[in-house]
Amino acid sequence: MRKRGLFLLIMLFVVASLGLEAAPKTKIVVGCFPALDEAYAAVLPEFYKKYPQIEVEIKALGFDDHHSQLVTALAAGEGAPDVAAVEIGYVAQFVAEGGLVDLLKPPFNAGRYRDGVTPYTWAQGMSNDGRLIAMPADIAPGCAFYRRDVFAAHGINVDDIKTIEDLYEVGKKVSKDLDGDGKNDTWLISDASSIAWMIIRSAPELYFDEKGNCLVDSERFRLAFEWAKKFQDDGLAGGIAAWTNEWYVAFQTGTVAYEPSGAWLGGHLKNWMAPDTAGKWGVTEWPALRPGEDRMAGYWGGTFLAIPEQSKHKEEAWAFIEFITTNVNAQKTCFEVADCFPAWMAAWEDKLFEEKMDFFAGQQARLLWIDIAKRVPEVITNRFDSVANSVITSELGAVLQEGKPVERALRDAKTQIERRVRRGR
Amino acid sequence: MAELTIGKKVNRFFRRKAPYFFISPFFAFFLVFGAFPIFFALYLSFHDWNGIATSPMVFIGGENYWYTLTDPLFWQALKNTIVLTIQSSIPQHVLGLFFAFVINLGFVKYKNFFKTTLFLPYITSTVAVSMIFAILFGYPYGFLNYLFVSLQKLPLFQTIFNWLRLDPPLKWLGSASLIIPSISTQIVWRWTGWNTILYLAGLQTIPPELYEAARVDGAKWYQVFFKITLPSLRPVLQFAVTMSVIGGLQIFNEPFIMVGKNGGTGRAGYTLAMYLYQTGFEWGYFGSAAAISYLVFVLIFIFSFISRRLLRSEEGVS
Repeated sequence: MRKRGLFLLIMLFVVASLGLEAAPKTKIVVGCFPALDEAYAAVLPEFYKKYPQIEVEIKALGFDDHHSQLVTALAAGEGAPDVAAVEIGYVAQFVAEGGLVDLLKPPFNAGRYRDGVTPYTWAQGMSNDGRLIAMPADIAPGCAFYRRDVFAAHGINVDDIKTIEDLYEVGKKVSKDLDGDGKNDTWLISDASSIAWMIIRSAPELYFDEKGNCLVDSERFRLAFEWAKKFQDDGLAGGIAAWTNEWYVAFQTGTVAYEPSGAWLGGHLKNWMAPDTAGKWGVTEWPALRPGEDRMAGYWGGTFLAIPEQSKHKEEAWAFIEFITTNVNAQKTCFEVADCFPAWMAAWEDKLFEEKMDFFAGQQARLLWIDIAKRVPEVITNRFDSVANSVITSELGAVLQEGKPVERALRDAKTQIERRVRRGR
Repeated sequence: MAELTIGKKVNRFFRRKAPYFFISPFFAFFLVFGAFPIFFALYLSFHDWNGIATSPMVFIGGENYWYTLTDPLFWQALKNTIVLTIQSSIPQHVLGLFFAFVINLGFVKYKNFFKTTLFLPYITSTVAVSMIFAILFGYPYGFLNYLFVSLQKLPLFQTIFNWLRLDPPLKWLGSASLIIPSISTQIVWRWTGWNTILYLAGLQTIPPELYEAARVDGAKWYQVFFKITLPSLRPVLQFAVTMSVIGGLQIFNEPFIMVGKNGGTGRAGYTLAMYLYQTGFEWGYFGSAAAISYLVFVLIFIFSFISRRLLRSEEGVS
């Protein structure tokens, strides 16, 4: 009898301790792509201190795979992560398709953070019917990386490049035919299309105006295409595609002297593309489109965090997003680990951003990026942006590679885009 | 006694039904992953749906088909796909037949080595292949451009290049006229071995007596090839060509990896499958995408029917 009592007592203990052990711990899945996984993993210890009841699993896929898997999961109604990273190139697509929750609604009420987030990127996450489908996590202020050594050898002062005309003149000086075969062997830029993108992405209206009128045959697009064509036709562009071996070699050898890109390229250059060129690089703002105008300021990348409607742990997912996007320390950690430039402006106050960067010969490049980020105009988004982007990309290619007349390319682009828009759905 | 009969009956019942039981998993999976999507896509092609599980499908009749058939992009993709199919299929079969014929010759040694080597591209990982081809087609420092620029220094090649209006270094994946030949090269490289193995299997079914008789009659090797080998290979040829047509009309991976989702310069490498993918998964018109898939199905049906007709054996048996 006594034995049985003891046994019961032990059982009671076991059951009780099991019960305590199984205190509700919610697991959320964060779907992202490299190097965000490293950045978020580095933030986790601090996140757990604040939210011990949440368990986070970070799942990273390749950049394209991550996004296409997300589309599939949204269509299937199952299998999407609780928090999904969305790169700027895909934001328009998800704005159009839906499937992500409006973060302005309760219980998220993201609206209260509006003033803390870089204004232009907040606008990018908004749909034109006033939903915030993705919270800005990091931004990529558009700038240009230039070779100090090449510019110095040609007696060029980077501050003298005030307009795109000046840039063109500089290009003529640095683009040279070294072996006398009639073709240039050094160039100003790797790919002439970046000249067009610089102009396209620095305006408050992207492809559509507020009323939804298609703007691709506007003066700005005409200038963008014509300038790109001029750089191409006069041999100032190498015709080297991004993310190819030739691109990396151009950076290592200095055959390309000026590369318009996002702040993130600096990290890639330093870490693996051209680590031996430390100290030879500088960062500068884009020139102005016309004399007397302000310098162009645009974006070249950026990441957002969103919650799929199918998520069963939306509040926990929001806790994670809130922590990553509005906590100064988390934003700083992401920047240190993976060059994710903070979208949360309070993080810019940190000493970290005043650092003189050795890779850029002691330049305080981060202060410049902050300055650019403040000047990027708030863009008007449209659900047909991803269609327009695809059409403009291929028409720009036809102009640069095949010599298609600019007027015709833009007219064709407009016809193609409006055909989709007229369909209306 | 009675028990035995029942036992026998049960036994016979199971023996008869067991095969169906054992093949049922395939049909179960086929119903879920094969038949269901096929019919669902047909249903979907008459609806407007943005690809989000929770949003409604709206019946819109044949609008998706009408929109697709009047879309210039569809026709451009169709043209690209047909050109790509032709440019990539013909060399595959000519080379495949040639290699199979050579390997099948009695005096050729190391047959297995050649077979393995030819088949290797087919089983090589796509990632490794695309990296190698990126080096091959690189601009301006890729291997092919290195070769062409070096050759250009020789007077003979200079004349040839001038005549062809080629000015190396060439933008293999950048200029519209070179995109399809470049993509075809990779497809031919990958599939030649596959066809070689098919033809080799076909060759081995040809009775040696026919060859012996030909030899006795003093036939030349080309006579042997065109009068004996090729006609006997008709059924294999028919199968292999039909497979190429089906594969060619659905080509996606190679152009997608080599020139990107927009099909490169002026969409020169934009195929029907890429058009389908972009319409559905990027622009969110899943109904239209389903309609495209059915149009592609009709095309495949027509083209494989034609290819079967053209290569039908004289006896009408295949």
